[in-house]
Order: sequence, then structure tokens, then C-alpha cells
Amino acid sequence: MAAGRSRIPATKHSVERFTLDNGLRVVLAPDRSAPVVGVAVVYDVGIRSEPEGRTGFAHLFEHLMFQGSENLEKLAHFRHVQGAGGTFNGSTHLDYTDYWETLPSNALERALFLEADRMRGPRLTEENLRNQVDVVKEEIRVNVLNRPYGGFPWLRLPPVMFDTFANAHDGYGSFDDLESASIADATDFFDRYYACGNAVLAVGGDLDVPEVTALIERHFGDVPARPAPVRPDFAEPDLTGERRESYTDKLAPLPAVAAAWRVPDPIGDFANYLPYVVLAEVLTDGDASRLVERLVLRDRSVVSIGGYLGLMGDPYDVRDPTALLIEAHLPTDSEVDKVLRTVDEEIERLATDGLAPDELGRTQARMATHLLRETDAALGRTLKMAVLEQQRGDPALLGELPRLVGEVTEEQVRAAAASLRPERRAAVEVVPGGGAR
Amino acid sequence: MSVRTLPALGPTRKLKLPREVERTLPNGLTVIALRRPAVPLVEMRLWLPFGKAHLARGLMMSQTLLSGTATMSSVQIAAELQKVGGGLSTAVDSDRLLVSGTGLVTGLDRLLDLLAEMLTGAAYPGDEVATERARMVNGIRMAQSLPAYLVRRALLKRMYGKHPYAVQTPEPEQIEAVRPAQLRTLHAARVRPAGAILLLVGDVQPAKALDAAERALAGWTGDGAPGELPEVPALEPGPLLLVDRPDSVQSSLRMALPAVPRTHPDHAALQLANLVFGGYFSSRWVENIREDKGYTYGPHSTIEHSVAGSALVVAAEVATEVTGPALLETNYELGRLASLPPKEDELEQARQYALGTLQLGISTQAGLAAVASAYAGSGLRLEFLAEHAARLAKVTRDDVAAAAAKYLAPARAVTVVLGDAAAVRGPLGVLGPVRTETPEQ
Repeated sequence: MAAGRSRIPATKHSVERFTLDNGLRVVLAPDRSAPVVGVAVVYDVGIRSEPEGRTGFAHLFEHLMFQGSENLEKLAHFRHVQGAGGTFNGSTHLDYTDYWETLPSNALERALFLEADRMRGPRLTEENLRNQVDVVKEEIRVNVLNRPYGGFPWLRLPPVMFDTFANAHDGYGSFDDLESASIADATDFFDRYYACGNAVLAVGGDLDVPEVTALIERHFGDVPARPAPVRPDFAEPDLTGERRESYTDKLAPLPAVAAAWRVPDPIGDFANYLPYVVLAEVLTDGDASRLVERLVLRDRSVVSIGGYLGLMGDPYDVRDPTALLIEAHLPTDSEVDKVLRTVDEEIERLATDGLAPDELGRTQARMATHLLRETDAALGRTLKMAVLEQQRGDPALLGELPRLVGEVTEEQVRAAAASLRPERRAAVEVVPGGGAR
Repeated sequence: MSVRTLPALGPTRKLKLPREVERTLPNGLTVIALRRPAVPLVEMRLWLPFGKAHLARGLMMSQTLLSGTATMSSVQIAAELQKVGGGLSTAVDSDRLLVSGTGLVTGLDRLLDLLAEMLTGAAYPGDEVATERARMVNGIRMAQSLPAYLVRRALLKRMYGKHPYAVQTPEPEQIEAVRPAQLRTLHAARVRPAGAILLLVGDVQPAKALDAAERALAGWTGDGAPGELPEVPALEPGPLLLVDRPDSVQSSLRMALPAVPRTHPDHAALQLANLVFGGYFSSRWVENIREDKGYTYGPHSTIEHSVAGSALVVAAEVATEVTGPALLETNYELGRLASLPPKEDELEQARQYALGTLQLGISTQAGLAAVASAYAGSGLRLEFLAEHAARLAKVTRDDVAAAAAKYLAPARAVTVVLGDAAAVRGPLGVLGPVRTETPEQ
């Protein structure tokens, strides 16, 4: 019956990096296993860089980047990508904004043309701005206002945990701020942050390196050189006492709670950050994890519990300051205080008594599977490498992650657990204000 | 500012399907293996016919299939799976029970052994069943607060009447009543190899993967009668059904229209008609109600294939104050395509999208597994994808016009709106008859 845990396989992605004369950094990741490509452009600006009074602006601006550019009418971008058999999207994160296409590889040059065109400048018109403010408001209604647990915890925890506007504000934005956004704001935002020196272009999948290098030179080479702005320091001191807040969600039928602790700098102190990523999985990955076994299966004090790094759930795409989060949904007859006490108890037990034989190894094997699976798609690989290049100058780290995760030791996980003290914790509780409606 | 022109597309890459091997085991199980070695993993999908199974018991059975055997607890099962980087999960709908797994390819034998152990020895222990029952009841309460869940429930009931597809989600009280003995009985009757299909996709040697599956699953035996589903009834258009959700800041608009199975001669043309209408971003409907009017964020229109029939479902969440106008534009775009043929460039763009996304869809192990298992559940194999691509390539404007007239005509739609009835009843009533329903609390 007993089978040893699997050896974590090594992966090797071939990766090329270079920088164009105008400062645009480029990553190429060829892989000819399927006739498709992924193209990603990542700009080093996100929610944390929004000016005060303009909450939600980074995301609104992401929408405006799809509304036409130097040589492209409104709607043209979508039609050109989809008419070539591809799909597209963009997303706004705390520290970056990404734009991508994935297409059959015969459309690669077209995608490069489209990205270069909007890197030279989007068409910012009043009509398109008003239209996209309306679209974004519907997006916020669908994801936040018209549903239970909307924005929980990613919009609800930051104001409890952080004190500065940059880290604490609502990244989706208030309707007032969105409605008062102007074309002048958008022009300023583009001029300041959408410099090619502030961007990374990554292309992955079915490509020939010399051929694509020439195409990239042809399409991006004459994008005007503009340097990256100096990135402000968003650091905040760690908590010195427990913080706890609650709010009523009138649509929620059951209570919920999210707790978070600050963790080491994911970029500057990666060696000490990685054990926290492993710890989150030891605590919450599946029925054999500490907190699921205890709270879901034994105590039945929660309906579900999850743990992860970074407010938006990706441990490898976020800068300091960030956090380890535990999120739990409770049955009606359970108490948030008791759940938090039990979480503390289990974390302390882990720190004091260590891990069971195999507990770390099997968790690491599962993490390797997740990491490998995410990199199977040309697009997944391309997007992740673009962000790793931007934040760390190291896109090849993607292939190293399964091994590095596997090298985290029990002592490191115990030390990480020992730091998750109640007095360093920020928690936010959802008080159910409604029933089934 | 210099004018730059869009580069032409390179030559179309030929559609290349991975090698597929298949074997039917003596116990009746069909095993299919597909090779994609890009990452050292394997994806597994077990498709078990599950039509007409008891709703609450079926759902509970799927939630507790991995909750223990005579020799292993749920925690031990989870730990053993983790050791090979693996995981198993289950999902059930009106057609099938699907067991999905992923793991390091070096753990394939172990993953199959554990699967076999669940299939032949799931014990449905009383404590674990009680835990999952309570979780499920809370999960349903949670789901019942989601507009998407509520409008789906109302739409299915309206579409399917007395057909088993009409109710696909149980009420909490029905879950409360489920007992472990009933789960064991249901398992004995329905978790059977005959008619089931196992797919293995990944960094495998296909023939060896079939051998591994045969070794692990030969001991899974027994006969069971698959629940034959009656064909779905035709949609019966009638007054718009308005389901009240007081104070809702958006209305959930759904329309069901007739559709045909993948193998029907009209299918390729219908798929392209749906794309031109609203099936992708660059469609008439999305460009109209999102990019022109700003009524909504993520409208979509999809052909849903089930074993007993297919349907085209149009869905949008729109601001409460523009609910009437959003329905007007939706009816207009449906009616426009049902009445007038699409332009040549509209058809070409939709065709390229359909063909390209077929390539994208099978470019990962998980994507291949999803496509192959959906096909297998309808009695098709991956080679159908190439046949379908050939049909898409031949569709003409006249074909699209004919399919749109037949299937997209707004006169044939069943329409349901979930929203604040006090605010939207009037504006919707301007466009046609409305019947309002107030759900019980």
C-alpha cells in the first residue's frame, strides 16, 4: 500500500532575453509542441500606483487600451485577434497590468503589430471613456455589488491590514472616482507609466527565435524611447497589534472570515518568502491538510477553508508588502472567534511539533503538479515569464520553481508558522445580512 | 503619424491531432489514451453515464465517493494522492458522473490504483457522509444567494417542463434526507464499467497507458442499466418569465433557443450563426450592448450540448435601469440575423475564430482531456474535430442565413429575467407579455 512520494521532475524551458534600443525588454520562450503562440505585454503599473481620488483608474485605463490606437479604430483590436482565430484579454493587478493574445502561430506577427500600435499610443476619446466607465460599473456590479461576498477578501482586507492609500484603497474603484475620471487623467497616466522602458514583451510557443526577433525589431523598434518612472516605495511597517473589523453583507447567507499576516519581501527576500508559500499549502491543500482536516472534517466549524499568498492569489507576481491569507466560510452555528482560535492553535502546533513524516514531501509533490500544469499552455508560460522578467529580471525562474519549492525544509516551514502570531494578524469578518434570495 | 498596415496572416497550419489509441476491456470499460508530452503530467477523466439518477443522492454520492473505503479514510486517500502529486475530484450533472484527476506521470499507476479502490470499495462512512451533508446544505444556501444560480434554475424549469433536465439542483431538505445506505445502493447500481469511458491524456506512451488502466481496473465489474433519457421537449415560447429579486442592482437576462447536436448537418452553420450573433466578443450583440451602449460587462451566447438534446443560451447581466432596452437590442440582433444574411467578412471572421479556437482548445493536456471527454460522452472521438473543421470551412452565407432563420428567430425564444420586478416589469412589459413569479423564501 505504502508508496513513496514521487520525485519532482525537472523542467527546462528554453528562454531568450534581450532589450531593444528603446528600452523595451523582450522574453522569448519557444516550444513547438502545439501550433499556437502566446503574446504578453506587461506594464509596470498597477492598483498601488493609482493617484488619490482616482481609485480604480489603473483598471479603467486597461479597458481604454482596447479602444483603438494609432492605426486602429475602436473594435479593430478585438476583430483582428478573433478574426485570426485567437483570444485576448487584459488584467489589472496590484503591481502590474497585463495584455495578452493567444493565437494559431500563423497570426503571431499580427499580434505583435497590435501590441506595438497601442504601445505607441491608445486613442483616448471622451465617448470611449464614458462607454468604458459604464462597462466597468457593470463589471463591479456583477462581481461585487450584486452578489454575496463580493470583493471578499481582496477588496475588504487591505484597508484593515494597511494604512497608506497605495496599499489600502479599493482597486476596483468607487463609482464617484470612476465617473469623474477625465481624458486628461488618462493621457497623464499613459505618459507616466506606459513607457516602453516600463514594459516587458514576452512571446512563447510555436516560434523561431531569429525570425521572431526580426519581427519584434520591425514592429517595436520605432516605439519612442521613454524611460520607466521611478517606482515609489510602498513599504509599510508590520502590525504591532491585532486588527479586526467586520461588515454586514446584506446578500450573504453565512458568516465568513479572512485573516492575514505580513510575509517577507517576495522579491528581495525570496528564500525566506518561499517557505510561506509551502506553509499555505500544508495548511489548506485538500483533505489531508492541517486546517481542512481539523476545521472541516473534525470540528465541522467551517464549510470551507483556503490559504494562499498575495491578495489576488498568485504568490509569484506580487511585490512587497504582501501577506499570507486564510479564508474560511462558516456554517450558521459556528463562531468566528473560535475558528480563529483554532487556526492559531493548529499553526502553533505545527511550529512546535513539526510536520508528520511525508507531510511536507507530499505537499511539495502536489505543488509541483500545479506549477507544471500552469505552464503547459503557451499563454500561461508567456504571461508568467513576462512578470518574472519585469519584477525579477529572471523569467527562467518559472522552470526552477518546482525544484525550489521541493527544496524548502521542514525547519523553514516551522519557522514561517511560528511567525503567524495573533498580534501580527489582520482579520475581516463578514456578518451575514441576508438569506437565500 | 505614419500609417501602418495590418500584417497578413501566415499560411494556415494544418490541424494536427495527437495519436489516439482505444481499447474496450472485458468488463465493458472503454479506455482511450492520447499523447501530449509537453509537461511530465497526466490528466485523467472517467465519464460514467448517470442519466435519471436520483438528484440529491447522486450529488451526495459524488461528494462522498472519495470519503473512505474499508481500509482508507478520506484523509489517507487525500494524502496518498498527494504523494504522486495527484488529486481526484468529482462532478455530476444530469448526464454523467465525471471523475477527474491530475498528477505527475510517474504516479499514473498509483493514481489508477486509487481510482480503482474508490470505484470498487467506496464505503460512504456515516461520519463523513454527515459532514459532507452539512457542507452541501450550506453550499446550496450559499449558491441560492447567487443571481446566476437562481436564474439558471428558473430557466431550466421553464425550458424543460417535466423532463429530468428541468431540475438540476436539489433543495437543502432533499440533501438532509440522504442516508449512507442509499449512497451504497446507488453506487452499486450506477458506478459500473459498462458504458463508462476512461481517458488518459499527457506525457504517456498510449499503448502502455492502456495496459496500466487494464491492470488497475480489470477487477471493477458488474452490470447496471444506464438510465436512458427521453429526448428533450421542444421549447415552448410564451410570455417572458420575470423572477423577482427585490433591490437587485442588475437584471440577469437569459434566453433559450433551439439547437442541434454536434453531428447534425446544421451544426456547423448554427455555430457560425451563433458567433456572428453573440458567441464571441467581436459579435454584433456584444459590440452593440457592451461596446456601443455600455449596458453590460460580459454578455455571452453559447450552444450547450447534453446527451438528450442541445440548446442555445443567451446570457447577460445588465444594469437594472436598462433592462428593457437591453432586451430590445437582444431581440433586434437575433431578429436581424434571422431575417438577413450576414456579410461575407462577418462570416469569414467567425469562421477563422471557430477554426483557431479548435487549435487553441487542444493545445494543452487539460484542454485535450476536456474536448476528448465531452466528445466521448456524446459517442464521438477526437477525429470528429477534424471532420467538424472541414464542415466549418465549407459553410456559406446562405447556410448561416438558413440556420439563423431556423434557430435564432426571437419568436422561438424562451426568455427569463431575474431582477427587481418593481423596477423592470414596466419596461419589459412594453416589449411583450410578462408573467411575474415571486420565489418563496
